[in-house]
Amino acid sequence: MRYLPLSDTDRTSMLASIGAPSIDALFTDVPEAARLSGVIEDLPLHASELSVERQLKALASKNLVAGEVPFFIGCGAYRHHIPASVDHIIQRGEFLTSYTPYQPEIAQGTLQVLFEFQSQVARLYGCDVANASMYDGSTACWEAIGMARRITRRSKAVLSAGLHPHYVSLCDTMAKFTGDTLVTADPVLTDGAPGDDMARLLAAIDGETSCVVVQNPNIFGHVADLSELADACHAKGALLVAVVTEPVALGAIKSPGEMGADIVVGEGQSIGVGLNFGGPYVGLFACNEKHVRQMPGRLCGETVDAAGQRGYVLTLSTREQHIRREKATSNICTNAGLCALAFTVHMSLLGEAGLRKLASVNHARAVLAAERLAQVPGVELVNGAFFNEFTLRLSKEARPVVKTLAARGILGGVALGRLYPKLEGLANGLVVAVTETTSEEDVEQLASALEEALA
Amino acid sequence: MTINPSGWRPERALAANDENEGGGTFTGNRALMLEEKLIFEIGDSKSCGVDFDDVPEVASRLGGLERSAPIGLPGLSEPETVRHYTRLSRQNYAIDLGLFPLGSCTMKHNPRLNERMARLPGFADVHPLQPAETVQGAYELIHVLGQWLIKLTGMNSVAMSPKAGAHGELCGLLAIRSALEARGDARKVVLVPESAHGTNPATAAFCGYSVETIPATKAGRVDRAALEGRLAPDVAAVMITNPNTCGLFEREMVEICEAVHAAGALVYCDGANFNAIVGRVRPGDLGIDAMHINLHKTFSTPHGGGGPGAGPVVFSAALSPFAPLPFVEKTGDTYILVEEETADEDHSRSFGRMAAFHGQMGMFTRAASYMMSHGADGLRQVAEDAVLNANYILRQLEDVLDAPFGESGPCMHEALFSDEGLAEGLSTMDIAKGLIDEGFHPMTMYFPLVVHGAMLIEPTETESKASLDQFIGALRSVAERARAGDLSLKAAPFYAPRRRLDETAAARKPILTWRDATPAE
Repeated sequence: MRYLPLSDTDRTSMLASIGAPSIDALFTDVPEAARLSGVIEDLPLHASELSVERQLKALASKNLVAGEVPFFIGCGAYRHHIPASVDHIIQRGEFLTSYTPYQPEIAQGTLQVLFEFQSQVARLYGCDVANASMYDGSTACWEAIGMARRITRRSKAVLSAGLHPHYVSLCDTMAKFTGDTLVTADPVLTDGAPGDDMARLLAAIDGETSCVVVQNPNIFGHVADLSELADACHAKGALLVAVVTEPVALGAIKSPGEMGADIVVGEGQSIGVGLNFGGPYVGLFACNEKHVRQMPGRLCGETVDAAGQRGYVLTLSTREQHIRREKATSNICTNAGLCALAFTVHMSLLGEAGLRKLASVNHARAVLAAERLAQVPGVELVNGAFFNEFTLRLSKEARPVVKTLAARGILGGVALGRLYPKLEGLANGLVVAVTETTSEEDVEQLASALEEALA
Repeated sequence: MTINPSGWRPERALAANDENEGGGTFTGNRALMLEEKLIFEIGDSKSCGVDFDDVPEVASRLGGLERSAPIGLPGLSEPETVRHYTRLSRQNYAIDLGLFPLGSCTMKHNPRLNERMARLPGFADVHPLQPAETVQGAYELIHVLGQWLIKLTGMNSVAMSPKAGAHGELCGLLAIRSALEARGDARKVVLVPESAHGTNPATAAFCGYSVETIPATKAGRVDRAALEGRLAPDVAAVMITNPNTCGLFEREMVEICEAVHAAGALVYCDGANFNAIVGRVRPGDLGIDAMHINLHKTFSTPHGGGGPGAGPVVFSAALSPFAPLPFVEKTGDTYILVEEETADEDHSRSFGRMAAFHGQMGMFTRAASYMMSHGADGLRQVAEDAVLNANYILRQLEDVLDAPFGESGPCMHEALFSDEGLAEGLSTMDIAKGLIDEGFHPMTMYFPLVVHGAMLIEPTETESKASLDQFIGALRSVAERARAGDLSLKAAPFYAPRRRLDETAAARKPILTWRDATPAE
């Protein structure tokens, strides 16, 4: 077997040196009834590299690849072009096959990358500090609610109707067990501006509120000013938690931190990571410095070594499970190290100028696409302001339309009926994402296919 | 001697015990050991390593929210970026460079076929919200991997969505709590052995349980009498790691499961160490109710400097109805994704959703590639070689390092030593740092907590005998120095990219992000 270096001769001599008569003798602590005498049945036996490659390629070929068709799906995961050098760097064995940097003297590569990552995320979000990453945006969102609970010692979180429904669903699940109260509302398609939702949120904040959770741009692509909401939260002693599922947007619009958010969390997948059918992604988590000791997850900090040279270590680990056990701020252990590296490399390639340019290309392509699609009979643009994603109201239910488009080889967006199957008022909604990877030709194909499907 | 008076790069310290050491260098570099500043010190706000296609000017529709103030993100051209991160990579130890004996972390070789397979566009460039008919192959892969996990563990069903081991623990405990509440039995306490990973008590607390600790016996196993003595109607679950963190198989696991069940509680098994028994023991045969599997440990997906992981959870028949959404189901020849909508009819008892979308697909592809490569026969050999290698280390070193449970019989996949017998003033930390100078990543230090100055060594099955012998020789030499009172170990490492780093100072006054007085122009 190509991954196992021991030869039978090695095995025999090692058993002899241990003083064990056989391999079975090393498993005698296992109760006899539970010892398997042979190979587990109903599973394939070992296979060559060539054979595995053939089998997996056969499975992969059954999927419609986003990059090979006109593609408009977003809603929490976005298709962007990733420079070739990003994938090259993350495949270097020194990064790929290293562990959590528990021995900092021989992990300065990973640690300095994490320090750069934290610095980039903090600046992108407009916050003082960021951690070394979470699993993804959705789990980071729940962690932010927990952090707000610990800081305010209140347990009522008010959720925007524009928060990604998977994030809401996850929070619902967790709140059932932790006893947090969630104040939620169903979204409506007439929220042309997110004004109705904003008014509801402002009215819901009271002296029991730990935080308000608002996504920007939200699930419909709306972009909103959060300043008034931040002020209203602070007036009642609550925190504003902002969620960003499309980090590229922050190359164009004000950061949540600038608008007064106390904790900013989100999905980092757009920068460097790719679609990967839902994971692994990278959760971003940032806050003001005064709250850092209530933060979940790993933190990397600067220090010096015995010779006075600058270096980096994991720090403030008394917040974490391996030290604090049941009193930890979170149970999280694994972060998204390799995805954080991809984010950092991509962000360093972009820099400020590149991120702003990328954002402006996304916005321009989205504006042109929205204008073109709104000309299709039976299509109406719902959004006032948006970044690279917007919602269309179709003259028909959107789910069958999406299916029809897919049959023609066009991945035309996300039908709101898929995300909100119980809300009939949203059934005709179609969320369309447009990035730098979307060509004018793609938009034309979607427009003409939509025209046929709606005729 | 200061050769570089401008000080723009830190001066290399001299190795205190090496008379042949040269002076400092102008750059701070030493041959292939290269110093590298932060991206914030070498990049600027104008440089960019990405070119864009032109787009027409359009009137902004950002609602007046344009970001005008500088963001402060430095950029570099592509060659400079590649060089920056390549240089940083060389300051890391990695499995590709040598044996990485972190106990309980399972640093085994990461086959590159896995990487190639995960990058097939049909898996990597597919969106989680694509219509089901366009992602049948992706659903099938999730299903196939799930079937492997079910058969290897002898359990009833699997939840694929948890994102890492601790997330899997959460999944298991939420299912347990849901099952108990479904029978109207609100219990409040979770029992955790003192040798458990920190994630176990943290997870129990995270979902609202109070945690009580169960002691270990002198032989390094769960104290069954203490455990059974604590079982009562307020106990919801017991979390047990098996093989445990002392590297021992819990011999009385079947009896423990029976006692827990008799008391109306459920057994969560921390499957972090499943790599020791895969193909030789099915945890389902021991009577457990739920167990997570770290794909990045047992099934070789890369650790990547701390993640990402993947933590699928296998369930007994009793817990299966409570498993989280979404999941892939096979109906006839097609695969469907059961989400909130479709769950209403047949899966109303699911405890709900744990994350957006449906799991760590990139890790699934890698793990599937590894399992298919090994096959059921190869996986059994994996466990055997992992256990053989660990026992070889245990027996080769127990004359120079104290093996507190050496008399308890063979170990499983990891060998545990304590700091007993080291000379006054020398500690486990010093042995670890001494190993760095020998060219090895140290073992896990000070865990598990049940052993003083614990050193937990897990070689894994992907080390050759020659590699083990070299490691054993190095550790023996360092251990002998520590026993003999060689205080130069206190200053180790001498030859790493950095000398010993001051972690106390880092925590006292945390510097967590780059702060520049004048933002990059």
